[in-house]
Amino acid sequence: MQQTFVQPEFRVKIDYDKCHKCGRCVQQCGWGVYDFAERPIPHDEKCRACHRCVTFCPARCITIEKNTLAFRENDNWSVGLLKGVWKQAETGGVLLTSMGNPKPYERIFDRLVLDACQVTNPSIDPLREPMELRTYLGRKPDGVQVASDGAGGFTLAEGAGMANNIELATPIIFSPMSYGSVSLNVHRSLAMAAERLGILMNTGEGGLHEDLYPYQDHIILQVASGRFGLNPEVLGRAAALEIKIGQGAKPGIGGHLPGEKIDREVSATRMIPQGTDAISPAPHHDIYSIEDLRQLIYAIKEASGYKPVGVKIAAVHNVAAIASGIVRAGADYVYLDGFRGGTGAAPAVIRDHIGIPIEIAIAAVDQRLRDEGIRNQASIVAAGSIRSSADAAKAIALGADVVAIGTATLLALGCHLCQSCHTGSCSWGITTQKPELTRRIDPEWGAERLTNLVHAWSHELQEILGALGVNAVESLRGSRERLRAIGLDEQTCKILGVKPAGM
Amino acid sequence: MMRAATSAPPSGVAEGYRREVPPVTREGEVASIDATGVYYQQLNDAVRDAIAAGATTVRITGMNGQRYLGAGLRATGVTIEAHGCAGNDTAMFADGPAIEVFGNAQDGVGNTMSSGRVVVHGDAGDVLGYGMRGGHVLVKGDVGYRVGIHMKAYEKHVPVVVCGGKARDFFGEYMAGGILVLLGVSTQFPEQPLVGGFTGAGMHGGVIYLRGTVEPWQCGAEVGITEATAEDLSALRPHIEEWATAFGADVDEIMAGSFTKLAPMSHRPYGKLYASI
Repeated sequence: MQQTFVQPEFRVKIDYDKCHKCGRCVQQCGWGVYDFAERPIPHDEKCRACHRCVTFCPARCITIEKNTLAFRENDNWSVGLLKGVWKQAETGGVLLTSMGNPKPYERIFDRLVLDACQVTNPSIDPLREPMELRTYLGRKPDGVQVASDGAGGFTLAEGAGMANNIELATPIIFSPMSYGSVSLNVHRSLAMAAERLGILMNTGEGGLHEDLYPYQDHIILQVASGRFGLNPEVLGRAAALEIKIGQGAKPGIGGHLPGEKIDREVSATRMIPQGTDAISPAPHHDIYSIEDLRQLIYAIKEASGYKPVGVKIAAVHNVAAIASGIVRAGADYVYLDGFRGGTGAAPAVIRDHIGIPIEIAIAAVDQRLRDEGIRNQASIVAAGSIRSSADAAKAIALGADVVAIGTATLLALGCHLCQSCHTGSCSWGITTQKPELTRRIDPEWGAERLTNLVHAWSHELQEILGALGVNAVESLRGSRERLRAIGLDEQTCKILGVKPAGM
Repeated sequence: MMRAATSAPPSGVAEGYRREVPPVTREGEVASIDATGVYYQQLNDAVRDAIAAGATTVRITGMNGQRYLGAGLRATGVTIEAHGCAGNDTAMFADGPAIEVFGNAQDGVGNTMSSGRVVVHGDAGDVLGYGMRGGHVLVKGDVGYRVGIHMKAYEKHVPVVVCGGKARDFFGEYMAGGILVLLGVSTQFPEQPLVGGFTGAGMHGGVIYLRGTVEPWQCGAEVGITEATAEDLSALRPHIEEWATAFGADVDEIMAGSFTKLAPMSHRPYGKLYASI
């Protein structure tokens, strides 16, 4: 075989003086980095820097370093571009990668800061005073109708238009990741955690495995262009249905789960043959217009007993007008996925160069729906690299009702962001269907870690709200006055509806 | 967690129909519904109520484009007769019922259908059988664009679509499983080609039978075009019999024609498209 020009990205270093020669690294590595000949021999070119071997080496004798191989300085031709050209010259292939856009575009969340109370309008201590994070996902009525609760107070009147909302204990839900792209144990972990947290997990487009039926009241089932695993049974079980139009990591293109990942269980859940590619066409072929979208929304409502139906789109240039159409088509929520959102597999050229930041999309959509007087008709779910509770708070202040987290949940389960989900060999047992790897995630353990994460972020949200001097997340929603920008240009500030710091 | 509420109480006008409970009469196991001018929500509610009340035949008259007939319906041993024009997404997500349309059907018949049987005594529109995973759809006449797109089979579930007339572009696009048949014997368009362009584009499973011939330029690059063998024809015959029985045609006369078989050359058409980084 011809010598490749692409040199290894990493160097695997073993301190053989400390090495027990136990072979744990050989066994742990999903990529086949190690041979064993009296001692482990690493093949650097296979290493993805996922740290599985490092984490489980009993002697702590492995470290992974960057290959510091020097190239002549060139700001224009980065090493990544060189490697891409060489790889494509060797293979003729579309460069395939995973997880979110890693390019150094401006991160607007990192240029926004929140307000706090000082002297006037005192801040609130959430540890000792009530602090409401409860959020309702779905269409809100045009007006509020209340009735006496018989004890001098008021309660929402029967038929006040809130019945079709889903109550969330905190404004954080899990983003769609399909069974097939992730393992069933990941789905189990997410579903169990969603139930414990009083939130929702999302099946993604790969259908609902029957092991998840006990958690059905906390599950959003996706209807994507491949229409995998959909029948009246599962439509009837899920708490809400979601039409997937687009994904932040790959706006405008379809997907295909490679045949190697379609084992017996995935095949049964998607209801497709084992070993064939699961192809999701780029568009839904029954949606070529907003009117067609309305037709599908109501087909799903009609088939599911009028459950909430959301529509997920990638944030693209004209996102505000598209979202307006989606709301007018009858969606109960609009799910906006920013250009940094993750994926189990996407062409690098698409992931890295298409779409707009979620911060911009939230602000533009929220403003458009307000201007048109239809903001109450649908909730806004925002996703696409919500990395912390601070991002969540800022997203809500910009106008989101709820944020959805995907990458963060996988990190909680062991992901080290090696961007290799598409290989199907995830050493952490997350984005693989190989039984020897998937069993590495115990759903009970996974659910506990996910529960911890969302509890921690929720506590932090309460602290932020307390500092802002408000006692409910409702009071932060769309309250851009509580945000200030640092170092953002005037036009971006205008679009965000945020003043620069100092004003 | 709050659960979904039922649809709003019927009143007023929606999309040109009246939100009114339609008149229903019951004779033995036959329920008759006059759908004239009634909105689809109330019509479908009435159909579901009649089936829940034990009707095995639901006869709908005055059908005029109401959407979603039998959508998401799980019922076996039940026949729904629609007299008139069935609207978009008839039998969408349906799992079990037999739906017989005495008239034409609009777009999306059998969309994402699980099982059951739809018979259309007329023509049908676009995206018929999209994502269909089981059951049979029989159309007497012509069909529109994108018919049989992404049909898929799984174990014992094998969807079958037989169209008696001609079809437009993208017939069987992305097809992943099942049997899609086009006869060209019962058409309003004798001058037009049997099938349009992009036939079977992206096909990676299942089989398409065309009564007649097709030019390679009309087919996707992923499709292998062969003349149907004796073995193929014996596999096809029961489906032709079903179509001929439904519409009173002569099986042998249809089978006497020559059939072209379209099948994917690979179950992994895009397996070599990518280079992993």
